Amino acid sequence: MALFFAYLSVVAALASGLAALAVDKSPGLGRFAHLLLRRWPKLQVRAAGVFSEAHYAEFHRNSLFVLLGISGVSAVLAGGGALFGGAVTTDTLPLGLPWLNWHIRFDALSGFFYLLIGLVLIAVSLYGPGYVREFEHGRHPLSVLGLFTGLFVAGMELVLLADDTFFFVIAWELMSVSSYFLVAFQHEHASNRRAAFLYLLMAVIGAMAIILAFGVLAGFSGGLTFDHYRTVKLTPVWASVAFVLALFGFGMKAGLVPLHAWLPEAHPVAPSHISALMSGVMLKVAVYGFIRFTFDLLDQVLWQWGGLVLVIGAASTLLGVLYAMMQHDIKRLLAYHSVENIGIIFIGLGLSLIYISEGQQQLGALALVAALLHSLNHALFKSLLFLGAGTIIHQTHEQNIEHLGGLIHRMPKLAVVFLIGTLSIAALPPFNGFVSEWLTFQAALQASGIGGGVLRSMVPTSASVLALAGALTATCFVKLYGVVFLGLPRTRRAATCHESVHRGMLAGPAWLAGLCVLLGVFPTPMIESLNVVTGQLLGVTLPGASALGWLWLTPVAPEVASYSASLVLVGILLTGWVCYQLLYRRGGLEARRADPWDCGFGGLNARMQYTATAFSMPIRRIFEPVFDVEETIEEKKSGPGNFQNTGLHYQLRVSDLAWPYLYAPVARVVTWLSRWVSRIQTGNIRTYIAYSFFTLLILLWGIS
Amino acid sequence: MAWLLALLQTLLFIASAPLLAGWLKKVKCRLQNRRAPSLFQPYRDLRKLWRKEPIVAHPASWIFKAAPYIVLSTTVLAASIVPLIAVNLPTAKIADVVVLIGFFALGRFFLALAGMDIGTAFGGMGSSREMTVSALAEPAMLMAVFTLAMSASTTNLSVAMNYVLHTGLVLRPSFVFAMLGMMLVAVAETGRIPVDNPTTHLELTMIHEAMILEYSGRYLGMIEWASQIKLMLYGVLIVNIFFPWGIAQNFSLQALGFGALALTLKLAALTVVLGLSEVLFAKMRIFRVQEFLSFAYLLSLLGMLSHIILEVRH
Repeated sequence: MALFFAYLSVVAALASGLAALAVDKSPGLGRFAHLLLRRWPKLQVRAAGVFSEAHYAEFHRNSLFVLLGISGVSAVLAGGGALFGGAVTTDTLPLGLPWLNWHIRFDALSGFFYLLIGLVLIAVSLYGPGYVREFEHGRHPLSVLGLFTGLFVAGMELVLLADDTFFFVIAWELMSVSSYFLVAFQHEHASNRRAAFLYLLMAVIGAMAIILAFGVLAGFSGGLTFDHYRTVKLTPVWASVAFVLALFGFGMKAGLVPLHAWLPEAHPVAPSHISALMSGVMLKVAVYGFIRFTFDLLDQVLWQWGGLVLVIGAASTLLGVLYAMMQHDIKRLLAYHSVENIGIIFIGLGLSLIYISEGQQQLGALALVAALLHSLNHALFKSLLFLGAGTIIHQTHEQNIEHLGGLIHRMPKLAVVFLIGTLSIAALPPFNGFVSEWLTFQAALQASGIGGGVLRSMVPTSASVLALAGALTATCFVKLYGVVFLGLPRTRRAATCHESVHRGMLAGPAWLAGLCVLLGVFPTPMIESLNVVTGQLLGVTLPGASALGWLWLTPVAPEVASYSASLVLVGILLTGWVCYQLLYRRGGLEARRADPWDCGFGGLNARMQYTATAFSMPIRRIFEPVFDVEETIEEKKSGPGNFQNTGLHYQLRVSDLAWPYLYAPVARVVTWLSRWVSRIQTGNIRTYIAYSFFTLLILLWGIS
Repeated sequence: MAWLLALLQTLLFIASAPLLAGWLKKVKCRLQNRRAPSLFQPYRDLRKLWRKEPIVAHPASWIFKAAPYIVLSTTVLAASIVPLIAVNLPTAKIADVVVLIGFFALGRFFLALAGMDIGTAFGGMGSSREMTVSALAEPAMLMAVFTLAMSASTTNLSVAMNYVLHTGLVLRPSFVFAMLGMMLVAVAETGRIPVDNPTTHLELTMIHEAMILEYSGRYLGMIEWASQIKLMLYGVLIVNIFFPWGIAQNFSLQALGFGALALTLKLAALTVVLGLSEVLFAKMRIFRVQEFLSFAYLLSLLGMLSHIILEVRH
């Protein structure tokens, strides 16, 4: 049954893509419906109305997203079925190579990621109809957007279903290539084309590493299905080679430091609902690939792998949030936070690998659960924030947060929904981001049992990096929320905007916000269901997770650590209510409105507010070595002796160190190599004929 | 019974927090050869603020009005999970020490948002600095807490205190380092000299006060009370984790009375240390705070390393 819904989800996504091609086919469809409904004149009139010029566009747009919504709902059903049913279903499709049909396997791990895709897809399908209207009259056809959205979603779902290398790689490439077209959708700007090209390049390099990683397994097992891989025994050296290749390939797609530089370029330039899918979901598919490869297919785990993943994860977490802090483009900021959150997930995975290599399966399961839960949480709140950012950009046409301000007065509902996303990503109790970070901390705190002293001190240190990153995330989101929603509007557009007229554009983020609160307050059922995943992958579960009942979360044992988010929420509400009753209801005076304090000078205006640049300046100064800062001040002087300052131009550019230190050298080497190779191109036809001749000669010699 | 006792302990906690602030003021005044106000002056100040008409700036949204309630309730909730005069109370199970740090973060988050809400430069400046300082303090705090948690193999405060009580008075280098680190963090987090000066109203040096500049009346009263509770919370954490002796282990009246007495003496002594350091040191420049806090982190890290190298047996 779960597999049926999984197929249905893929088919609905593909159907949505195909339906997008019918964007300007209303006359043909109208005639077809007219013929089809000959017997029912009433329906005929209706169909004529739907397919008329006036209504067709809306009908078409809605039907695309209804199909995506069906795909999302069935993905949730499929994922729920696999996760709560606990069964593993396999299947082969009569497609693919003649000697290798497409193998399908749907287990709890796939089911969990299916659930994640489905939940976000539902939000996107609510959000989409209102959002894509603006593209309808633009120069880019909606059909391209719809087609590749459908293919992209189907590709991601097929990756989760694949159980042989051939099918996996095809699905993976379908996902990568269709998302390339989505990134390049608004290709009139050169920067977007550049970002899309970079994205495609990275995807190709990453896919190459993934294919090589599978190649190592295939070479030793003599087959291409994952079942072959599960049984093969590798030497530690070859296993490490396969692991490093997989970490490189999947890590590149997931956006781990230092391979992350494509991510903040590519994700923001896609339309916002696609950004939500890419940052919220596609990165998780890469995480899925890594988990599938390392925890399921490889037969052994070495502690060095865990240490490597832990260090890379901690670096991604810290650098991701520091670079995010310096961004003023709302979507770029969110994209850098994806790097951070992927880092947190990989910290969890690294801890899990370390514990498993030490033979402590129970703790390995705990860390894996933390990583999986954070994947889900990040999918929810990051998609929520991207959709919210999309609404802000849609309503104000401003992407730079320095041009916004005071939106809480003009978009009160969106402000509440966005605030929930902000609190969740900042890992504050009692929201969902906190639960998974808390579990990661708990996993890190059990390091006493680890053998090596280096590893034992590395684990708590990485936890303190996580603490620093968490606090910096809170800082960053105070900046984002404070500058965008609070204070005074900084431009006319921000002052005159209003809440979106499309209810779906609020309903999509609100659905995700509801899930964030739900998972934050009642995390235990979700963690219980993740036991099925760890049971299938590692053979152990967390029996004590709900030892005190479902209100309490006790990951290791009740006396080691316990957390009851629901009681925390009740406590906060109750205390707040008591204070309100005592201080205000009982004879408290009504607040009087007055002008803010202006030091007695008067004339405060919006330009005197603290800006985002000023807000993040202390962090920039403290962490200066990790940024590439270019700060210039030009003064214009005039008057006698150039004493009078008539103008001041301040320019600040903060960029990522990955560019000058990693990407630029690689690009230089590639350019140099291509120059060198290009020497064989003389432009002379006789030389080319000679090349062909000698190639033929060598080939013939080789054959004979 | 136990829940009722926990509730009473929380009420005692939040009721006695202004008294600690009064005592601190008294100590400082005596050290500076000034005449001190009465011990109960903080209560009078709070009562005055609660009765006054609050003034709210025009651009303020609901966040500005909600923030004091959230700050106060998270602080009260934090106070409810920290064992004050008795261990083994059921409230300690609701949240462990990591969640405690999360409570502080939640309150601070809303206070920083409220600082940005008015749209003046002071509020933004205060928010930016407060968030920066606390971001740097957080890893040091957690590292110190982790040292304790790894020794006692729990993050539950009550269980951890029991562990320290039962191992007896042994000199652990890791605890010494962790305590020093935690004291430095406490100074930064509660906004005391040398990181911040709670009595200043000079714009360029303010951190916490700049953020709450627009507050008045009962809103200001709530925030003041919350910061007094927070000061006491850090004090109680330090004395009860590192010197838990005297704390009541059963709920007999005698044990509770002795626990209250022991706590009063310990807190009074710790406050004298704080007052002395406030009198002896000058406030630092804002960009020296990172050095102060990285020193705190270093101390906590040393504590962690000495725990791992010296104290774990295999």
